[in-house]
Amino acid sequence: MAKIHVTTTINGEPMEYLCEPNDTMLDALRGPLGLTGSKEGCSSGDCGACSITVDDRLICSCLMLAAEAEGHELRTIEGMAHGEQLHPLQQKFLEHAALQCGICTSGMLVASDALLRKNPDPSEEEVRFWLAGNLCRCTGYDKIVRAVLETAAEMRGEIKEAAQ
Amino acid sequence: MNLVTNNKWIGQRTIRPDGMDKVTGRAQFAADTTMPGQIWGKILRSPHPHARIRSIDTSKAEKLPGVKAVVTSRDIVDFTIEKGAVMLGIQDMRWICRNVMARDKALFPGHPVAAVAATTEAIAAEACKLIEVDYEVLPWSIEIEDAIKPDAPVLHEFNKFEGKPSNIVGRLEHKKGDIAEGFKQADVVIERTFTTRPVHQGYIEPHACLISVAPDGKTTIWSSSQGQFMVRAMTSMLTGIPQSDIRAIPAEIGGGFGGKTIVYLEPVATLLAKKSGRPVKMVMTREEVMRATGPTSGSRSTVKIGATKDGRIVAAHGTFYLQAGAFPGSPIRGAAGCSFTPYDIPNLLSEGFDVCSNRSKVAAYRAPGAPIGAYAVECVMDEVAEALKMDPLDFRLKNGAKEGTKAAHGPTFPRIGYIETVEAAKASPHYAAPLGDGHGKPRGRGVASGFWFNAGGESSAQVNITEDGNVVVTTGHPDIGGSRAGIANICAELLGIDYRRVSVIIGDTQTVGFSNLTGGSRVLFASAMVVTQSAEKVIQTLRERAAKIWNIDPEAVKWEQGAAHPASPNAGQFPPLTLEELAEKAPAMGGPIGAGVQLNTQGADGGFGTHICDVEIDTDLGIARVIRYTAVQDVGRAIHPGYVEGQLQGGVAQGIGWALNEEYIYTKEGKVDNPGFLDYRMPVCSDLPMIDCIMVEVPNPKHPQGVKGVGEVPLVPVMAAVASAIYNALGIRFYSLPMSPPKVSAALDAGMKQAAE
Repeated sequence: MAKIHVTTTINGEPMEYLCEPNDTMLDALRGPLGLTGSKEGCSSGDCGACSITVDDRLICSCLMLAAEAEGHELRTIEGMAHGEQLHPLQQKFLEHAALQCGICTSGMLVASDALLRKNPDPSEEEVRFWLAGNLCRCTGYDKIVRAVLETAAEMRGEIKEAAQ
Repeated sequence: MNLVTNNKWIGQRTIRPDGMDKVTGRAQFAADTTMPGQIWGKILRSPHPHARIRSIDTSKAEKLPGVKAVVTSRDIVDFTIEKGAVMLGIQDMRWICRNVMARDKALFPGHPVAAVAATTEAIAAEACKLIEVDYEVLPWSIEIEDAIKPDAPVLHEFNKFEGKPSNIVGRLEHKKGDIAEGFKQADVVIERTFTTRPVHQGYIEPHACLISVAPDGKTTIWSSSQGQFMVRAMTSMLTGIPQSDIRAIPAEIGGGFGGKTIVYLEPVATLLAKKSGRPVKMVMTREEVMRATGPTSGSRSTVKIGATKDGRIVAAHGTFYLQAGAFPGSPIRGAAGCSFTPYDIPNLLSEGFDVCSNRSKVAAYRAPGAPIGAYAVECVMDEVAEALKMDPLDFRLKNGAKEGTKAAHGPTFPRIGYIETVEAAKASPHYAAPLGDGHGKPRGRGVASGFWFNAGGESSAQVNITEDGNVVVTTGHPDIGGSRAGIANICAELLGIDYRRVSVIIGDTQTVGFSNLTGGSRVLFASAMVVTQSAEKVIQTLRERAAKIWNIDPEAVKWEQGAAHPASPNAGQFPPLTLEELAEKAPAMGGPIGAGVQLNTQGADGGFGTHICDVEIDTDLGIARVIRYTAVQDVGRAIHPGYVEGQLQGGVAQGIGWALNEEYIYTKEGKVDNPGFLDYRMPVCSDLPMIDCIMVEVPNPKHPQGVKGVGEVPLVPVMAAVASAIYNALGIRFYSLPMSPPKVSAALDAGMKQAAE
């Protein structure tokens, strides 16, 4: 069967790739596009390690077909920092020890970013329910939730950026 | 050895060396590497729980276009039963050999029987379907009570227990005093039987590897594991390729918790790569992970504890039957050896039985065996305390092990920190706080303690000073919980420089000396020892270099704040020589500066923890929810408190999952019925509260920084703490895990407080 040609935008860059009709978006990201920051933990949409946004909507890229990206805007973990400037969530995850093995971290960060774009002032409960689709087996979530809440407060200007 | 005091970096929450790569998606995990010309390997697995393999015909698969190699057990080096055990650490290669690829019998659904490498994953999968396996299907058993029946189908006919073929493949006991005499002195005796289900380690990263074998046999393995040296050794033993020709490169590991301490894919992929002449990549699906790796044992335990009315334990007896799965080797040592260890019990018998059955071979899971045993012992402790009308923490304080207590598994304890954990729990804000109003939902509180041996063992490190005066530390341990951050803190402390000048990396098998597994809570303990000694050698060299430049005695030079100084005014007046300056002068002053140390480290002290758990029960839905949790642990010395807390919090979360939801469910056909994250329900973010940590620091005097292992202990007390909290809330004691909504609902519906089995 002929491969499908897809033209899309990933992390602000125009991108093209060829895919099989049954390839997932995660297959395309990790394969021809070389964006291995999105991880495959289950390929059934249960772990969230492959979280990306499509037109600002948070999805599991393992549940999207690669061919469906045509004409859309995708964001992945690789697009989160601007050059050397980390996104505040990335910085806060580092400061709070909010990662251990790191396999869930890409998806956690993408999901947390999507939350703060929708809701800049989430409660702890809102953070916990929003991130309920992202499994972490190392941290018990405690430091992740704290990092997200503190980033949100910082981005709202309520607390000054921690001195380096 | 003197403990370092007035620390600048030890005890600081520094940024982990591998953090930046992990928050930006750069970190390379096992499945993230590719090679030119790479092809894909897939495994054909047995659909049967128990079947004799009469023959395997791979001819059709081999003819499929795109197929490059097929492997069966004929290609794998056999470790015959008759020749006896060949041990690699705690693993017997006879079982690893048969677990990697079934030989005469398939022993569980998911047991590999053949493997294919092809140009695409799809072709490899299609080729697997073309392999014809002639099975003689045999009767099977999975549950312990079935496997130990006299007429149970025996997995390994050569094994005899009490003279007869049996699935009981091992027994150990720890004994102290005379339990019959001890129980005679008791005023209160409580005996209960408990069961637990198999639970998976649940790492999010499936097993994966990429392997290249050059025509001269030189082999490169990229894979994630808890020990690249284990990968090299097992692959070498199962393929016949000498260890000197196998370079095992440790990828970042996406969680292991014990489950990545043995190989599944690497020997198979190596043989496929060798046969095909192409690099071979293999990645397990989640379903394969759930069916064919881990999990830990299901169990059946009976615990009896007797105490006098003044609250003194006089005797205890535990029998712990643990599922080994397809091959011998369940963690009975952890169950029988750890469960009573927090207590000073004069008369004790603790027995473990290793039981084979037709499920996947057990793999280590965080304090292997100890949480299973502690669930039983700590629940009975709670019941005895209640019968004596004693506060459960006071009961533990009264009987707590301390310096001089002889543990049943052998050692007489040096200074340990168990009592301190109970005292800290008692003094905690949590224990003093009222449970609060559940608005119709009953609330309860439970406590429990736990112990893990901890471990030392072989480790190697190299500390090199770069030409520009910075530091590279290479160790041989995959970093599973933040050990690189700990090493950076220690090295910066010793050298007196900013931790950001210390780069910590994990060497591959051909670039750093042998280092045993990341497991048993040994890594920071052991690697800190070899790094400390290496750094001390480097500092000695730096002092000698300064002495040479100043033309004074090396003993008259001291190392402070990243520079050599004259030790006293008598030594002369010289401006300090910094690490950068000495590095710059190194070529003229004797050459490169660096040192390596390799040790079989000794002196690991055991770890103790005491936990407090509050639950709230939705009696309509049967949902028990943990609403507050405090983990207290003697951590020796918290080198990086953030990652020590991370170990405590992560262990507690796994324990809450084990207590409330996680379990392997089997079909009538003996297959795992919930091999995915939707139906195998691990805790998600909205299931848990914040997890408070109280780190008690009783330094290990045999370690340069006072380190004790911290990773295993936090899983040990959890299920008992949750069970006792539920009992406190409902008056119903659950003697089997998980305490899932259907079970809680059924118990509530039955309205029989004692019948919740």
